[in-house]
Amino acid sequence: MDLSAINPVLFVAGFLVAATPLIFAALGELVVEKSGVLNLGVEGMMIIGAICGFATAVETGSPLLGFAAAAVGGALLSLLFAFLTQITLANQVASGLALTLFGLGFSALLGQSYVGIKPPRLPDVNFGPLHDIPVIGPIFFSHDIILYLGFALVVAVWAVLKFTRMGLILRAVGESHEAAHALGYKVVRIRTLAIMFGGACAGLGGAYISLIRVPQWTEGMTAGVGWIALALVVFASWKPWRLLLGAYLFGGITQLQLNLQGAGVAIPVEYLAMSPYIITILVLVILSADKSAAPASLGRIFHASN
Amino acid sequence: MKFTTLMASAALALGLAGGAYAQDKTKVGFVFVGPVGDGGWTYEHNQGRLAVEKEFGDAVETVFVESVAEGPDSERVMTQMALDGADLIFTTSFGYMDPTINIAAKFPDVKFEHATGYKRADNVSTYSARFYEGRAIQGHIAGKMTKSNIIGYIGSFPIPEVIRGINSAYIHAKKVNPDVEFKIVWAYTWFDPAKEADAAKVLIEQGADVVLQHTDSTAPQAAAQEAGDVITFGQASDMAQYAPKPRVSSIIDDWAPYYIARTKAVMDGTWESTDTWDGIGAGMVGIGEITDAVPADVKEEALALKASIADGSYHPFTGPLKKQDGSDFLAEGETADDGTLAGMNFYVEGIKGDIPN
Repeated sequence: MDLSAINPVLFVAGFLVAATPLIFAALGELVVEKSGVLNLGVEGMMIIGAICGFATAVETGSPLLGFAAAAVGGALLSLLFAFLTQITLANQVASGLALTLFGLGFSALLGQSYVGIKPPRLPDVNFGPLHDIPVIGPIFFSHDIILYLGFALVVAVWAVLKFTRMGLILRAVGESHEAAHALGYKVVRIRTLAIMFGGACAGLGGAYISLIRVPQWTEGMTAGVGWIALALVVFASWKPWRLLLGAYLFGGITQLQLNLQGAGVAIPVEYLAMSPYIITILVLVILSADKSAAPASLGRIFHASN
Repeated sequence: MKFTTLMASAALALGLAGGAYAQDKTKVGFVFVGPVGDGGWTYEHNQGRLAVEKEFGDAVETVFVESVAEGPDSERVMTQMALDGADLIFTTSFGYMDPTINIAAKFPDVKFEHATGYKRADNVSTYSARFYEGRAIQGHIAGKMTKSNIIGYIGSFPIPEVIRGINSAYIHAKKVNPDVEFKIVWAYTWFDPAKEADAAKVLIEQGADVVLQHTDSTAPQAAAQEAGDVITFGQASDMAQYAPKPRVSSIIDDWAPYYIARTKAVMDGTWESTDTWDGIGAGMVGIGEITDAVPADVKEEALALKASIADGSYHPFTGPLKKQDGSDFLAEGETADDGTLAGMNFYVEGIKGDIPN
């Protein structure tokens, strides 16, 4: 065993990066579910974001344009889900699963000519002297702008849901779409916007994988992050801060177990490999002892005639 | 892709019901563990499938399902293929071994071919390539090229196939560089680019300047490229898009001749359950071009090693060798037999760490 092989600074910086795609995807889904819609298509929207972002970044040479395209791509794909579930009143679970299958296949088609290409690198934000502070500098002030955007988005979603009229309306629609409708709110429109926001976030998360974390394009490269994001929303009991904690725990322990393996720690690898899932779930289950429930209208179909 | 494949097989089933002419076609199914665009393992199997189509034209019909999880899911996929009239089904991952045996018992008229497994039946053949021969060459280059003397190795699952590869690479790295040390990280996945990239980054952070992988995507090459002065090797596929550096050479699987021969055997009615294990000599394992990032003398030695393995004058597991616990493995000049290699579940002396059970 050689724990000195693990550089704690690189480790923390690494897990912040590992957690970011999960934060984006889960946060988007949180808003969608708060509006009373269950979209299981996160994985599909992520992978579409991954290829849209990658292709745009390669073609234009601008990673930021890539991220913008990823958000647009994810949102456009989510419109398909919105059309199915909000206009044609299709079953949300089935539509979400179909969206994932469609996204995986369609992204493979779009990405055929991008295999093996190196994307342009998004430079780290220049914090000047802050970056040179020992330990703190490399951990907190040596990342790209999108990582900070992910964190800022958590704060923004939390504040909007808690303090603003917009957040109140969104939650009302999620809790009781009939009551919200009776008060004159456009349930379908609000839900469609929430779904698009979720799609844009998932797209950003996907692009973070293909442009920063890996960085390359490979078919199916999101490899289940979308599903973990879905679970994370439930275990975080629909609360943004808890979601952030869960994502950091998951990302952190995933990184840690790889680090420990490299350092030859004598814990059986099987336990290390499953530890991110177990520990994240355990911590969040303990935290959710306050019995926060899911939005009451979650997954139910709304039609104004009801 | 999955969806289109489903649609394609549904359309084909209709076609079979409708026209008698379609009955003459030999139908060959493939079950893939990753997406055909993974750039590695599944990509090469799919190249083999395309070669079968090209060879026989209208006489065969191939179908495939990609990204099939190992376990119950794969049984469903195999059952569906058999019900859809497949005559021959290739299942291309170690984890499909028991599902293949189960389904083969239910469809005695369908021929099955399982890659990298060791269980056979009257209608189940096994086939694999001697990747460890290629890994010996990688190990040689790795041992010569490392400056930090730390070589990182990304393992997928602790199965004999992977352990054999680690041992073979280690033996030959150690031979040319006694100070070399292996750091092994198990990813517990065949294909997860983000996790593979993370594993590579962790190994590089911990001092590795050579990264070997036994996972299927090119993500570790991308991570090595980011890190700068690190070299990697293509796995299963050439991965030449990362040449000349970080990827300095590769092990390439060439399944096409085998797939064509086996399909032909089914068409002729001469198919029999066999166990095929070919290596560099037979061309099932190819060594990708060694780039100029490798010094000329090292390249020459590596090519000489390749030639000696190909003509059978050298076996990568030749004694004297000891097991990790110090007990004897092979005496001076003795070579490992195929049974020992196929079930290898121990590290050779010098590798640190335990194999997960």
